[in-house]
Amino acid sequence: MLATSPAKHIHDTLGDEEFKRELVALIPHLRAFARTLTGNPTSADDLAQDAMLKAWDARGSYQMGTHMKAWTFMILRNQFYSDRRRSWRQVQLDQEAAERTLVAIDDPASPLALDELRLALAMLPLEQREALILVGAGGFAYEEAAAICECAVGTVKSRVSRARRALQAILDGGAYERDGKSAGDAMAAILADAERLSSAR
Amino acid sequence: MIEQQRTKDYDTISSLADDARMRQQAIGVRLRQLFDDVVNEPVPEEFLDILRDADKRSTEGS
Repeated sequence: MLATSPAKHIHDTLGDEEFKRELVALIPHLRAFARTLTGNPTSADDLAQDAMLKAWDARGSYQMGTHMKAWTFMILRNQFYSDRRRSWRQVQLDQEAAERTLVAIDDPASPLALDELRLALAMLPLEQREALILVGAGGFAYEEAAAICECAVGTVKSRVSRARRALQAILDGGAYERDGKSAGDAMAAILADAERLSSAR
Repeated sequence: MIEQQRTKDYDTISSLADDARMRQQAIGVRLRQLFDDVVNEPVPEEFLDILRDADKRSTEGS
């Protein structure tokens, strides 16, 4: 069905406009998801742009009214893994660069607790990190996260709970040291911050 | 005496559980903040340029 009638074309153009509006609204979320996957702002934006273009090109296969956020997240995730496979030799270097970047973002205005959490997050296995981000920050239900990660709902649930335990262990137990401070301080900082936030409300 | 000891144990267990819950909640709040901080960043112009070009290509191409 390559031939399109004029009526179909008009319909498609209107659909494109709507699709584009929705896609543009999702860009901030795609950037955030990409940032947590790559851990590096520059490669995250490259990834988010690729995913946005892929979604645009595939708009014909998108069913209007279905969960577009989940659909685009799935495209982004697939893109991330296929980039990784293609440049497997690069992965180790990227990981090291990402860790350096994460450590280097020592913005004095950013609360210590956030830096520590970013570091701890980077230490999680990728499959746990993505599950935790989707459910714990992205606002997805377990079922939706399972669809995005193309795995069983139970698998997502166990990855999320393992990720939560691991994060707490890293932040609590001083699995790493930084600036001579043990990570035990990180949990204390996070708790103090959370207390301040909730009392401010 | 035994009854008292038992109550104390229960108290310890439940305060440990509360503590763990509080820690998880605190991490959850922070995690959302980490994500939302990026969501709330202004979108770089480049994104919109790329999409505009792609849109133009598909309109001209058809």
